[in-house]
Amino acid sequence: MTTFTRRSFGALIGATLAAPGLVRAQTAGRLVIVGGGFGGASATRFARINYPEVEVTLVEPWPTFVTCPYGNLILGGNRTLPEITHSYDGLRARGVNVVQDRAADIDPVAKTVSLESGTVLDYDKLIVSPGIGFRWDAIEGYDEAASQVFPHAWMGGDGSQITLLRQQLEAMPQGGVFGISIPGNPFRCPPGPYERISMVAQYLKQNNPTAKILAFDAKDGFSKQGLFQDAWGELYGDMIEWIPLSADGQIVRVDVENKLFISDFGEEHRVDVGNVVPPQYAASIVRDTGLANETGWVPVNARTFESAAAADVHVIGDANIASPLPKSGYVANSTSKTAVAAALADVTGPEAPSDPVYFNTCYSHGGEDYSFSVVGIYRTTDEGFVETPDSGGISPRGPLSELAENRRLESGYADAWYESITRDMFS
Amino acid sequence: MATPRIRLPRSASEGEEIEVRTLIDHPMITAVSTSDPRDMLATFAVTMNGETVFTYDFGNGSAANPTFTFYVRAAAPGDFSFVWTHEDGTEYLADESVAIS
Repeated sequence: MTTFTRRSFGALIGATLAAPGLVRAQTAGRLVIVGGGFGGASATRFARINYPEVEVTLVEPWPTFVTCPYGNLILGGNRTLPEITHSYDGLRARGVNVVQDRAADIDPVAKTVSLESGTVLDYDKLIVSPGIGFRWDAIEGYDEAASQVFPHAWMGGDGSQITLLRQQLEAMPQGGVFGISIPGNPFRCPPGPYERISMVAQYLKQNNPTAKILAFDAKDGFSKQGLFQDAWGELYGDMIEWIPLSADGQIVRVDVENKLFISDFGEEHRVDVGNVVPPQYAASIVRDTGLANETGWVPVNARTFESAAAADVHVIGDANIASPLPKSGYVANSTSKTAVAAALADVTGPEAPSDPVYFNTCYSHGGEDYSFSVVGIYRTTDEGFVETPDSGGISPRGPLSELAENRRLESGYADAWYESITRDMFS
Repeated sequence: MATPRIRLPRSASEGEEIEVRTLIDHPMITAVSTSDPRDMLATFAVTMNGETVFTYDFGNGSAANPTFTFYVRAAAPGDFSFVWTHEDGTEYLADESVAIS
């Protein structure tokens, strides 16, 4: 007679019948994860692999995940939408209960998550990785309807926004003006708007070489600025004009009917294609439930990512306040593992890491075979997150004649990074 | 270069405190640490109905594209005049009016 332990019995049933529901029945605790992006999908996979006795449920409204990283390459022409669209089937196959629904409410006292469909999920530990929300009121005239004329293309969603922007780019008249409005800090993916400018320029250089790009910025400086501006000068001549805050670069109003960007000092700029990256805060689920503070973002414990406002609720990814860590996919991935370990420490053990280390690497594409990166390493103190002194770094600057091989290699590293991190989320 | 930009309300109610913002594109090159020729604004003066609101003397600590925000009580319709004067004597002018509604 064969004796099954709880775990091997579950694994056997799971393997034989491919019935993850039965595997989940063997549970030491219930971990619910809200949001299946860089933070949530990474947390889900990490928890499923490392805590097999824990039941893992992932709540995500979209059937597939379109990454924001590499979305700009659709504009440049180096990627297609299917290539940056990922299925949750890999996580299902690992025994994750993937629920396609939207979290509507969190009750940290009853320890439940209510979904839009009416389903209520009980949890022992909750990880919330909901991403960003747009402050639709911040730029006058820019609401959800306006984003059908001036796309934001700053959330993956179903990919329709980045597709719309690409279509508008293709339909732009020869010699036309592409305008982009860039918000002040903090916002998702600090170098993202500048990579977007680069990829739009790459497209225009080949297809519409007399076109102009006007980049209106609500800041006077930006991530990897020197590297981007080197790339723009070397690859695209005078196609790109960056207008910083101090040169009246902040766009405060848009007129979608007349295709106008209106600056803080009232200057009207006509654009043929307009891309508005709106000012942001955390997604509504954490603002409506009191997890976010007056900044619109969520304060968390730097070692555990537990919300300052609710026990057993850990908030990761772009929604939290983790400066100097940037709001990047890599940071969401890196921090998700510490959050899982911290959340499950008193469910299953082992103890959570007392001195966690977080990583960020952020590649940006300036053009064809032309990429560069910034790397940061972070630890914690009792006060919060700190960048490790003299760690990390940034790609070297210099003439392209000397750095072409470096830029080409980094382009390959970037592709490898994308393959690797999406595998760490979805495989 | 040196395009003045002004932002103030077109009209205000009597006695209302109005916000006035100014910005001028200017590199403000001090030539202290570079070999570029010095290129600096010297002063900025604001008048309302011919009366001085304030004057400002720029120095080497002034950043590029200097911007000012200030508040004025609108007791009567105001004709504002804004004058930036370069160290070489060149003047950059802007005029704006606020009506009392």
